[in-house]
Amino acid sequence: MAKKPNQKQEVGTTGHEWDGIEELNNPLPRWWLWTFYACIFWAVIYSFAYPAWPGIKGATAGFLGWSTRADVAEEIAAQEAKLGPINEKLASAELTEIADDPELSGYAVSAGAAVFKTWCAQCHGSGAAGAKGYPNLLDDDWLWGGDIEAIHETVSYGIRNETSDDARFSQMPAFGKDELLESAQIDQVVNYVMSLSGDPMDAAQVADGAVVFEENCAACHAEDGTGDRAQGAPNLTDAIWLYGGDFDTIKETVVNSRFGVMPNWDSRLSEAQIRAVATYVHQLGGGE
Amino acid sequence: MSQTEPEAPSLYAAREPIFPRRVKGKFRNLKWVLMAVMLGIYYLTPWIRWDRGPQLPDQAVLVDLANRRFFFFWIEIWPHEFYFIAGLLVMAGLGLFLFTSALGRIWCGYACPQTVWTDLFILVERWIEGDRNARLRLHRQKKWDFRKARLRVTKWVAWFLIALATGGAWVFYFTDAPTLLVDLVTLNAHPVAYTTVLVLTATTFLFGGFAREQICIYACPWPRIQAAMMDEDTITIGYRSWRGEPRGKHRKAEGAEKLGDCIDCMACVNVCPMGIDIRDGQQLECITCGLCIDACDEIMDKVGKPRGLIDYMALTDEASERSGKPVKSVWKHILRPRTIMYTTLWALVGVGLVVALFIRSDIDLTVAPVRNPTFVTLSDGSIRNTYDVRLRNKHGEDRPFYISLKGDPALRVQLEGTPYSSVKVPADSTYLQRVYVIAPKGSEPAESERVEFRFWVEDTASGERAYKDTVFNGRAN
Repeated sequence: MAKKPNQKQEVGTTGHEWDGIEELNNPLPRWWLWTFYACIFWAVIYSFAYPAWPGIKGATAGFLGWSTRADVAEEIAAQEAKLGPINEKLASAELTEIADDPELSGYAVSAGAAVFKTWCAQCHGSGAAGAKGYPNLLDDDWLWGGDIEAIHETVSYGIRNETSDDARFSQMPAFGKDELLESAQIDQVVNYVMSLSGDPMDAAQVADGAVVFEENCAACHAEDGTGDRAQGAPNLTDAIWLYGGDFDTIKETVVNSRFGVMPNWDSRLSEAQIRAVATYVHQLGGGE
Repeated sequence: MSQTEPEAPSLYAAREPIFPRRVKGKFRNLKWVLMAVMLGIYYLTPWIRWDRGPQLPDQAVLVDLANRRFFFFWIEIWPHEFYFIAGLLVMAGLGLFLFTSALGRIWCGYACPQTVWTDLFILVERWIEGDRNARLRLHRQKKWDFRKARLRVTKWVAWFLIALATGGAWVFYFTDAPTLLVDLVTLNAHPVAYTTVLVLTATTFLFGGFAREQICIYACPWPRIQAAMMDEDTITIGYRSWRGEPRGKHRKAEGAEKLGDCIDCMACVNVCPMGIDIRDGQQLECITCGLCIDACDEIMDKVGKPRGLIDYMALTDEASERSGKPVKSVWKHILRPRTIMYTTLWALVGVGLVVALFIRSDIDLTVAPVRNPTFVTLSDGSIRNTYDVRLRNKHGEDRPFYISLKGDPALRVQLEGTPYSSVKVPADSTYLQRVYVIAPKGSEPAESERVEFRFWVEDTASGERAYKDTVFNGRAN
């Protein structure tokens, strides 16, 4: 597609030449030039209409008064207004009936997931798998109960905090630190506890440990070691250990006790948010 | 800048208005037919109906952005099948390469919307203002008398109506056409629809009425890229200068017998929609539409010379004709390794797409193992893995999907939210179901690092099945 020189038009060159190839100096189309001017004109207006010119304390605000922050606030307000009715419905519904309403439970799970990732994930993990001392919410083991009402109460008032009068509370004695048990007795009872869940242990100490357990531990953890949810006393016969199920960790627990704390959320989240996150946690795979 | 420059050239130039003259001939007829067919396809396609059952739209061609579906007669494309669209685009690209390499800028000359609509606008212009000479006179007439104003306004209104119909037709591809037409007219349509119509109406009006060849020369990247696909065997438009030159009026003037066949009547220049003189040789602006050939052939018939002074020909033909060697046939020009390669690639993609279309099923699933955490220990010591299973039901009615697995016999399936192994998937939708797979304490999968297994999904209404392979993470993970 070699272009032959156009004989009708006299086109000058820019004077640039490389190996005999000259650069023609064809003029721009006029409409192109005018578009270019229009763009410059537009840019000037634009820079005064919107935040643009930098100053000492910040950029000029622009006479249209536009700001991303105001846009976000407006969008949040619009979204909240839109969700008002369903939030109201969620806050007033019977807890046990939320799951039967597909629209309500669908909303509660989505909203609850957002609440969880904002407020709960710091301790319980973004996947709700917990960590040492912070319960895994995916499994079927619950310290204070795993039905929707129990979860709702735990989220509302928290555990062992000093900010809510309704917080769930219980305290295990520090059997070693407060010298309630001899060191040998502690070893015995730890071996007994390990035998309850079928973990490998020193069988010789189990019989003595059972006596120690009945006298000191059964009041809360029950005689068979299955725990008591009313007091948040863990089930010692299952495969799940909040702090760890090896000999040293269980001994540490018996010697020093544990004091896991969870904040109450009724002062920070709305009732609808609390119900949403309770619904979300309840359907993670362990809800009762 | 050079110091030898005598004076600074002007930095910009006004567009030279072009007034293409009416022409008759086989290429002009071909362009009329193609224009009618292509405009017909564009305007009428959204109105074709296609029954898909009560829950699906009955528009034959519909890009349903809101519901993320693409309907094309009996084919329904879901977002995860976008490779069909990608494949069609690849085929369109390769097809364009093939035609460009074989026949030059034939796309530009006959099929490009810019060309088709410009052609239509020029046709309307000719109906209203008359042919080239009348339009030239009108253009040169400085005074805006009643006649000029009437003609101009009539033309612009006609253009605007065409542009409006063009912009209007576009939005019908994206939602149910009859409903949208009523909404548009009764001012109930979505603002996006109005904005789209407005923008496309404006661009059609400006590009077809005023910008015309400027779009091809300054705005379109395709003419610049095409050179990469063309070579000396590509068919383009050429002027047989060895036959036509020296050009001149064939009057009874002296030396007329020494002149070539070109009578310098400017017919080829006057009909050119790009405003060029093809006798200067093949040039950037030429869209190879063939109108100059029609114009020249008409003149050659009148003066009793053979046709083809201007003709579709390849660059190699010039050398052959000048030296008197036999000229290659059109097919010999077209059939060469480059075009055969393009054809092969194009066909391979096409066959692949057709095969993919026939082997795809009406139910489908994807499995996303939850890896946060990789597994959960339950109170009885068993190990549980969680999977986000997306079930797709492409049928027009709700279907029950039965979920099972094939793998280690110790593994068992449990669905979140239901005690059953089957869920109802609503018509024409994707349903997300959380699925648990549990291995009892001490079993092989529970104690190992990783075990492979296969999820099976069965549409119990039709018996259709689909599967996905995935893994189970054990305690050793």
